[in-house]
Amino acid sequence: MITVILFYVFAALAVAAALVVVAQRNPIYSAFGLIVTLCSLSAIFGLLGSPFIAALQVVVYAGAIMVLFLFVLMLLGVKEEDRTSGRALKAVATALALTLAVEMGVVLVGAARPAPAAFDASTRTVAQVLFSAPYLYAFEATSILILAALVGSIVLARRDA
Amino acid sequence: MSADLVQPALVLSLVLFVLGALGVFLRRNIITVFMCVELMLNAVNLAFIAFSRARGTLDGQVLVFFVLTVAAAEAAVGLAIIIALQRSQDTLDVDAFRILKW
Repeated sequence: MITVILFYVFAALAVAAALVVVAQRNPIYSAFGLIVTLCSLSAIFGLLGSPFIAALQVVVYAGAIMVLFLFVLMLLGVKEEDRTSGRALKAVATALALTLAVEMGVVLVGAARPAPAAFDASTRTVAQVLFSAPYLYAFEATSILILAALVGSIVLARRDA
Repeated sequence: MSADLVQPALVLSLVLFVLGALGVFLRRNIITVFMCVELMLNAVNLAFIAFSRARGTLDGQVLVFFVLTVAAAEAAVGLAIIIALQRSQDTLDVDAFRILKW
């Protein structure tokens, strides 16, 4: 019971902070709203029985990636958007978002099924899946991806590029 | 315990994804647009976790791990591109970036 209550508390927090991300004209407020959303989602991952992903979410997303975002925001100087999207674009965007919501709703509502009571997604069991046959090669390829991203971002952000 | 949370988690994932898409449409600051893309990635991660819970398999957890890794790489490269764009155009407005070659 307490799990369900906590789920809805964090879900409401996540949606409210996501609204801040989308509605704010100042990117700093958007960044802090996104951090709240990411931490709430981490709590929800924990409530869904995935402690490893919950920890990764805080360390990698709310930690590393959002610090990078805030760093770039501070580096480039924070400016509020001096003009907003036009009325026509807002109408089109709302219509497209509603269409997307209906489509996803039809797919996702039909997709849920009764979940098994026992579920073990501890770090040990996740690691056993991650470091065995089908995913091991993808995991090794990921290290090359990270290296390429490292070199690429240095080259792109160089002043004399 | 958490078995009955799958359906609400999928609905939450839907709401967050649609909000992120709306932000990508409406925001004019390219960094905010980028943050809305991250929001959509997280909504998908939530769907992966919910399906992993519903099916009782761990493949969803591993996929979220890979999405996190690729998101980190994407954020590093994307923010470097934004810095380069700011240097060349002196603005962060998405409408200012309409040429592919400088």
